[in-house]
Amino acid sequence: MSKQRKAVALISGGLDSMLAAKTIMEQGVHVEGINFFTGFCVEGHTHAIKAQNKAKPKRNNSLWVAEQLGMKLHIVDVIDEYKDVLINPKHGYGAHMNPCLDCKIFMVNKAKQWLVENDFDFIITGEVIGQRPMSQRKATMPIVSRESGADDLLLRPLCAKNLPATLPEREGWVDRDKLHDFSGRSRKPQMAMAEGFGFDDYAQPAGGCCFLTDASYSAKLVDLWKARDGDKQYDLDDVMLLKVGRHIRPGQNYKIIVAREEGEGRFMQGYKKEFITLHCASHAGPLVLVDGSPSAEDLFMAARITARYGQGRDAEQVDVSIADKDGSERIIQVKPFAADEIPQQWFI
Amino acid sequence: MSREILNARRLLCPLPVIRTQDKVKQLKAGDQLEVICTDPGVMQDIPAWCRINGHKVLETSSGDHEYIIILEVGA
Repeated sequence: MSKQRKAVALISGGLDSMLAAKTIMEQGVHVEGINFFTGFCVEGHTHAIKAQNKAKPKRNNSLWVAEQLGMKLHIVDVIDEYKDVLINPKHGYGAHMNPCLDCKIFMVNKAKQWLVENDFDFIITGEVIGQRPMSQRKATMPIVSRESGADDLLLRPLCAKNLPATLPEREGWVDRDKLHDFSGRSRKPQMAMAEGFGFDDYAQPAGGCCFLTDASYSAKLVDLWKARDGDKQYDLDDVMLLKVGRHIRPGQNYKIIVAREEGEGRFMQGYKKEFITLHCASHAGPLVLVDGSPSAEDLFMAARITARYGQGRDAEQVDVSIADKDGSERIIQVKPFAADEIPQQWFI
Repeated sequence: MSREILNARRLLCPLPVIRTQDKVKQLKAGDQLEVICTDPGVMQDIPAWCRINGHKVLETSSGDHEYIIILEVGA
């Protein structure tokens, strides 16, 4: 009796990785999923923070995929290790701060380590040649295989027929004839395949899964690094706070983050011991965090901005509470900024 | 059988799931784990994680912006 072969599938929560895993499961291979949490994943965090999304509870798509496929899923925290990928990408960035090729190499390398530790036989991904302009091109496929150290243990079931046979194919662990030859940006073959398997509620493919591909988020990240004199180190709270609120930088020495809705405000409450916070005392208004080292004059400016985003924006004077990190609080009176008084270049 | 408590307050998904997963690795079959969270997403995510990994959710509850899940570790 032949040995039961085992594959670990990189599961993003999207359709391609789901179909890749399903393709190999259909061949009788035992497949378990692995999902890496870098801190920049779109799903989960922002959905959890924003109150407006509570009417429709959000699922974790990688868990949903695993449950649909009936396979185990291992979610791995790579926040710390990922910093080097983001800060020093050998292959550079994409359109924004997305180091997609280095990211793919990193994740496949992590999967290779997992494979060795858990006595699995090969790795599968949902990559399709031509699907992504940076990381999924014919020229980059061998780079990922080679630089990750996975070499020919890395099988891409959705486009395998367009690539040289890998070890699982040559050894007959999987039947190459039953793999696919997808290429390009069209989603039609995947959608048809999903329909064939009866998958009809998968995550929509148009949305990116990483904040680093987002122009606005990337601008905030670059601003954070600049404000720290080029020091690119970060922690999870830095990453989280770039996802919430309206970010306004009136000066190099400080920035303010204005909650945009109730859920963000509640989330930001958790940072009251790490930041100076402001809120309107005489009117309803958002919570504001001050990041950096503001002077008294800067805090007066921050208070006027805070008042601008409260219900007293048209009042002659608004009471604004300023709370220090130790909880001590004082109230100052300010005239709210008019909409056109806040320079556009302050908005990050 | 032991019962342990995991404080996952202020963590947003998937971190509560990851912390739960890591804690469960240290427990034995039949042990119970009480996970206390503030992200409402755990009410879907942790039960889903339990289902696919063979653990049993014994109880869920919520109140005052906290969400509690008690699970039993599977074999």
